Amino acid sequence: MTSASGTAAPGGPATRGYLDAASSEPLHPAARETLLAALDQGYADPRRRHRSARSARLLLDNAREVVADCLGVRPDEVTFTSSGTDAVHRGLLGLRAGRARHGDAVVHSAVEHSAVVHAAAWAPGDRVTVEVDRSGRVSPAAVAQAATAPGVAVAAVQAANHEVGTVQPVGEVAAALAGTGVPLFVDACAAVGRLPLPHGWDAAAASAHKWGGPAGVGVLLVRKGARWRNPFPGDDRVDERTTGFENVPAALAAAAALQAVVAEREGVGRRQAALVDRIRAAAAAVPDTEVVGDPVDRLPHLVTFSCLYVDGEALVDGLDRRGFGVASGSACTASTLEPSHVLAAMGVLTHGNVRVSLTWDTTEAEVAGFLAALPEVVADIRAEVGL
Amino acid sequence: MSAADVALELDCRGMLCPLPVIHLGRRVGEVAVGEVLAVVATDVAARTDVPAWCRMRGQEYVGEDTATDGSPRYLVRRSS
Repeated sequence: MTSASGTAAPGGPATRGYLDAASSEPLHPAARETLLAALDQGYADPRRRHRSARSARLLLDNAREVVADCLGVRPDEVTFTSSGTDAVHRGLLGLRAGRARHGDAVVHSAVEHSAVVHAAAWAPGDRVTVEVDRSGRVSPAAVAQAATAPGVAVAAVQAANHEVGTVQPVGEVAAALAGTGVPLFVDACAAVGRLPLPHGWDAAAASAHKWGGPAGVGVLLVRKGARWRNPFPGDDRVDERTTGFENVPAALAAAAALQAVVAEREGVGRRQAALVDRIRAAAAAVPDTEVVGDPVDRLPHLVTFSCLYVDGEALVDGLDRRGFGVASGSACTASTLEPSHVLAAMGVLTHGNVRVSLTWDTTEAEVAGFLAALPEVVADIRAEVGL
Repeated sequence: MSAADVALELDCRGMLCPLPVIHLGRRVGEVAVGEVLAVVATDVAARTDVPAWCRMRGQEYVGEDTATDGSPRYLVRRSS
């Protein structure tokens, strides 16, 4: 255990060149420390009455209070789930179930995470997609217009886009929905830990491994007074909104990581935003390359661009050979042959796509190295096809 | 748009992205400025990528119709 934690510590050589924090942020040192301690104290069933159980319950309640404090919500609005995806499913479908008397249709922006899209497609009833502009932003008026159609149960708009970083006008969407009776679900998985949680949601979801906590911990937020009904089979656990045996050590580690990143957010965010500005400028200078997403009102750590005539898979592999790990929304890099529905909805090039996302400790030297490699890798691939 | 209005039709059926756009980029110079070039592509990415190529390369995207066999066909007017 000691040697393993020594070799894989964030900031150590193992994560150098890793520019895919939006897929998963390396475990924050605060989370690692807490996780190791909690593994020895949080093993028991928090629902039992004995001393070990009370210890586990105390740790779980502590984790809930810390997360609530970091997000500016009440502790009884916080539920730990088995993943961010699970939190999205429960949040969206639970609000939908709470509106069963009014309808079963789900309205969502065209650039929601696939977890929202899959949940909406799984539920019986219509699925209405609201288009976005070239930057990937949804119009609050368009959401409200779609939501006022008969039979709409719930509307879903993300806090910020996970592929291009554009921040959505959640507060304005909530204001536009006020009076319609349609509740708002906000997928905040890409934004929590990076930006303050927006206001106006009835339920929201977050994912610990996106902010430096362990994988396997999601956070479901249900606003006090919101009409939420469990859309899945129930259980007899600590929290009626979720099922399964609570992963107490992981929940506590997730809370510790969130506390650390929220405390560091201003400084880290400013540094990341400056590095992203540099990447945006350098990528835009590569011939026939378009940087997409809002240049200003965006997540601080993430930037996406597409290079004409370039195979996305070849680009990811070429950068990987140079020591840089990035994601791509191009079809040839996905598990399906469909390109990213986010890029398609924005009307931007879906091939030759790269998403760069910085970890909390990505250095200027790593960014400089990446920017030196990028034009060469792109030029090599284009030379192979004669363009 | 009738077949007579298309100066050159590229058969990119069965090709995966980015090949249809690579063919478009290579062969756009074969039509005169003002003429229309058509890309027949079965890969769904072409529906987004051909209009995006037009925007990035300063060409005019005319729209989508279907080839004689029903495959999607994307029309581009060379404007420079």
